Amino acid sequence: MDRDVTETMVGFARTVRAAGGAADPERVQAMLAALDHLDVLDPRDVYWAGRLTLCADPDDLARYDRCFAAYFTGATARARRGTPPVVVRRVPVAEPGGRGGGQEQQGLEAATASDVEVLRDRDVARLGAAERAEVARLIALLDAGAERRRSRRFAPTPTGRLDPARTVRETLRRGGETSLLRHRSHRTRPRRVVLIVDVSGSMSPYADALLRFAHAAARSGGRDVEVFSAGTRLTRLTRELRHRDPDAAMAAASAAIPDWSGGTRLGEELKEFLDRFGQRGLARGAVVVIASDGWERGDAGLLGAQMARLHRLAHRVVWANPHKARPGYEPLTAGMAAALPHVDDFTSGHSLAALEELARLVAGAGEGRAHA
Amino acid sequence: MTVDQVGSPAELAGLLDRHGYLCDEGLATACFLALRMGRPLFLEGEAGVGKTELAKTLARGLGAPLIRLQCYEGLDASQALYDWDFPRQLLHLRAAEAAGVSDVSRLEGELYDRRFLLARPLLQALETSPSVLLVDELDRADDEFEAFLLEVLSDFTITVPELGTIRAERPPVVVVTSNRTREVHDALKRRCLYHWLEHPSFDREVAIIRRRLPDAAERLAGQVARAAQRMRETDLLKPPGVAESLDWTEALVALGVRDLDPGTAAVTLGAVLKYREDQQRVLGGGGAAGLEALLDGG
Repeated sequence: MDRDVTETMVGFARTVRAAGGAADPERVQAMLAALDHLDVLDPRDVYWAGRLTLCADPDDLARYDRCFAAYFTGATARARRGTPPVVVRRVPVAEPGGRGGGQEQQGLEAATASDVEVLRDRDVARLGAAERAEVARLIALLDAGAERRRSRRFAPTPTGRLDPARTVRETLRRGGETSLLRHRSHRTRPRRVVLIVDVSGSMSPYADALLRFAHAAARSGGRDVEVFSAGTRLTRLTRELRHRDPDAAMAAASAAIPDWSGGTRLGEELKEFLDRFGQRGLARGAVVVIASDGWERGDAGLLGAQMARLHRLAHRVVWANPHKARPGYEPLTAGMAAALPHVDDFTSGHSLAALEELARLVAGAGEGRAHA
Repeated sequence: MTVDQVGSPAELAGLLDRHGYLCDEGLATACFLALRMGRPLFLEGEAGVGKTELAKTLARGLGAPLIRLQCYEGLDASQALYDWDFPRQLLHLRAAEAAGVSDVSRLEGELYDRRFLLARPLLQALETSPSVLLVDELDRADDEFEAFLLEVLSDFTITVPELGTIRAERPPVVVVTSNRTREVHDALKRRCLYHWLEHPSFDREVAIIRRRLPDAAERLAGQVARAAQRMRETDLLKPPGVAESLDWTEALVALGVRDLDPGTAAVTLGAVLKYREDQQRVLGGGGAAGLEALLDGG
């Protein structure tokens, strides 16, 4: 292939990668290999060679089209790069009792064992920067694995159902004498967990902590955890939260969310979630956690209908509303009232202790206490 | 036509066309590259857009057998790759015993002969050349299986410890489909060409119906396609795919309908909409009034 063509195409791949596409070197190689079989001078062929190799998701396609237009036709289609809102970053915590002065240090020194207890019950919306960082660190340590379900796969066990294959193999090994029966049982594996975190304005004091909780869950549950943010738009954050490091994951997530601190149209978002992902299987048999205050700007009737639909698909629906912890809270908002009949567990999720409780609920402890 | 004889995406589109599958430029290019580059084709799209049908037609067009691996949770290597036929092995052992065979080591060797190996879809696909391998609904399998599949699809060899390595003479044409209920691992997608299949345009859908159901009148095909397109714009739980349009047309043809009117549509609606809520929404409050709007302009 012509050197110029390669350069041009690699430059294009770089554009796609800069816009957030999956254009890693292996995919770029594949794109060049694909062009070998097509007509390099035909824009349509170039378009398809790139699209078939550099995209991996339907969400990638619109971005790819924008990049293609920008790179090859010179149209200015700058990727929207708004300033993501400030996400609390972890400040390096000094060793308790370590040397060095400064006020920050003083504040952090306080975070010793007994103070963690105090911190546990504090509302995350009312924390200072240092305390917030400490809570973030503790959230990252949460084990938020899901309750288990029976898998179709088998594992060898001492008792249980007879395992014909292994028994016969054993028999063959002994020259045909059936002497030892082997058994197997169904394995268990965690249920899928789907977390939908409301990032609208009224939830902004809690969104960071809840997303960090989602990250802890994603880390505990591996590939069986899906995270979405809701506000005015539904955003799938599963890929972003796959970073091991909580701060890197949060930075990626906050860059991906286009509608921080906007309004709430939870009913519509939930509908979109169910249409695009849930009904096909993502919500089927899963533990679904919705973290929202239920301040629905849209149609509460729609929210109720979608919650009913979700409840039919999911194994269990948990709703975490940070305002629930406020003294005298009553679920009187139209959205909350419409949603509650279709919720299995209703909890708060406003403090570290509440998030620990949420983790327990995800793990299947304390079922069906929605209306307690 | 064999894999090597396909010279361009357009030629491949022509080949699929002759076997009853109408595809657009993107899908034709994707299939063409999959054949040429020996890479699996990873197809995603709404249910009923024709992902599985494409694999079937590709097999027919290339004159190769279609080997289908339907994925489900808990699928493991012995169900996808190969398994030893234990009952036959035992029988062989007993027969040898009865005949008084004394050469034990030879007997042992015989037990792991190729004839006692049951080839499951993946091994079948490697051994049958050429072939089209359809790995259907990969998202339903668990990630253990995905990792295992990645290995097989990377080098198209399978090692049976007792027999040695089995290598495909020429790699099968692989079509992987997914319904996106779960994110498939990036490492696997990277091995594949990725294509998102859209619902067809109106004209293409009419052409598809006419092609697949020659008994359907042009007018009827147009009415069904228009209604299906409008249903996709309506807010439904499960908008109809091409598969449903075809089902509906087939039902209408079977009833001897030549012209789709609201009354006929109402009684056959179950062929195209599979949710009660969807049927109610399309019918609207006033029975067939909603259908009239759907069919109008045909």
